Amino acid sequence: MIKNKIDVEGFNFYYGNFQALKNLNVPIREHQITALIGPSGCGKSTFLRSLNRMNDTIASARAEGKVLLNGKNVYDPDVDVVELRQRVGMVFQRPNPFPQSIYNNVAFGPRVLGMAQKGTDLDNIVEASLKEAALWDEVKDRLNHLATDLNPGQQQRLCIARAVAVRPEVILMDEPCSALDPVATLSVEELMRELSDEYTIVIVTHNMQQAARASDWTGFFWLGELVEFAPTGELFTNPKQELTESYITGRQG
Amino acid sequence: MTRQQSQQLAIWVITAVSAIVVIPILIVILYMLYNGISTISWEFISQPPRNGMTEGGIFPALLGTIFLTLGTAVAAIPLGVGAAIYLAEYAGDNRLTRAIRLAIVNLAGIPSIVYGLFGLGMFVLFLNYGTSILAGSLTLGLMTLPVIISTAEEAILSVPQEFRIVSLSLGATRWQTIRNQVLPHALPGIITGVILGLGRAAGETAPILFTVAAFYLPNLPKSIFDQSMALPYHLYVIATQVPGMPLGIQYGTALILLFIVLSLTLVATLIRSTMRRRREW
Repeated sequence: MIKNKIDVEGFNFYYGNFQALKNLNVPIREHQITALIGPSGCGKSTFLRSLNRMNDTIASARAEGKVLLNGKNVYDPDVDVVELRQRVGMVFQRPNPFPQSIYNNVAFGPRVLGMAQKGTDLDNIVEASLKEAALWDEVKDRLNHLATDLNPGQQQRLCIARAVAVRPEVILMDEPCSALDPVATLSVEELMRELSDEYTIVIVTHNMQQAARASDWTGFFWLGELVEFAPTGELFTNPKQELTESYITGRQG
Repeated sequence: MTRQQSQQLAIWVITAVSAIVVIPILIVILYMLYNGISTISWEFISQPPRNGMTEGGIFPALLGTIFLTLGTAVAAIPLGVGAAIYLAEYAGDNRLTRAIRLAIVNLAGIPSIVYGLFGLGMFVLFLNYGTSILAGSLTLGLMTLPVIISTAEEAILSVPQEFRIVSLSLGATRWQTIRNQVLPHALPGIITGVILGLGRAAGETAPILFTVAAFYLPNLPKSIFDQSMALPYHLYVIATQVPGMPLGIQYGTALILLFIVLSLTLVATLIRSTMRRRREW
């Protein structure tokens, strides 16, 4: 029996008076890849950012309900947001390495978290993280080169290496392939599959083939509601809801 | 008139206007060079004035201006950059913040003589620092604050929001984010603002008039509680208060002061343009 890494229960989210998420109940299985699909503006990115409280930076935003990470509500007042974000990492839509060396990009997290300051300890973390992100062989001879000189696919894998370097439990990916070409996209998808042995992955995607190819579970969002949540194979071959069917077949959305 | 002709005319007018702005500045500089360059020598820079200031050099005034500029930097940089970080990164949009911003804008508009009188009342008399390098530096620092705060805030705000978000998403605290991802990228802009502010401070006369500057001192200052000579005030003195002052010394002094201020501005401009070219986002 696979346990739930995250349980979202009765979750509502508001931007001012606008309700962006409506009474969501989502189970995120440990060491599995959960894909969230739906049209633009349906709330899937908002949902993703609610899981590590990146929405806290928006002044007018307000959350209700529970996001249980290992059974503990991350919105409880005693939760340290900084620690939460170490445990729930994030990869963004546009590859966004810092304009620094490849090495320093990966080393930034471990440094600020006090995992290692320098020397072999830090070298080992950087090497291990780059290997996990399947980037080590391509960059091991030029760790001091600027990260922004890498190609977009490499940059995105570097961002993944940067995220895994702080040993998170969950990795959130917000349309990680939308700025990449098909070859780079495939390599990121393969990478996600390998990473799911170690981490729980939640990915937002506009690309339904990607969700179908790369995920174990799929949730379909529509206007802030979760219309359907099912094992990926089931949702794409035998959707229970008419809305899901019309969206995945391209008639709606 | 055809469109091509009106275009020609516009270019001609704009060029002429630019020339009207630039030519007087060039004339002033050339005129000063013509009258002052022959006075400038190592002796002029390294010797104190002699014989009722009608001979010798300007060393004590030059040194005083360097001390005052350094003192201004020490007083204004931590306060100014700190305030800029607060305004750009921490302050919300509320009444207090708006009041602070309004105060900064007003500070920038205050005539320099008012700073001088405030310095006299506050630092020289009330805090009892006396007429001293300390009082002068604090007065100049206060005057420089608005320039430093607004340029530093602008530099901090121009760092892409994305860097902050990524840093926070990796579990960095807000301060670690500012320290490691925001300030390094904002630094060239901050340095530029600081240097421009200091350049202005180095050339000011009114703020130092009552707070530090001495007409003539036989000895160099020994501590920050001593009075000092300073170039802008020295120039004012030899140009208006000393009868029979040789013109060469007056122009030479003005030339050195101009050189200091212009080179500070030039350094600031160079830093800005180099960093702009190197910017990677």
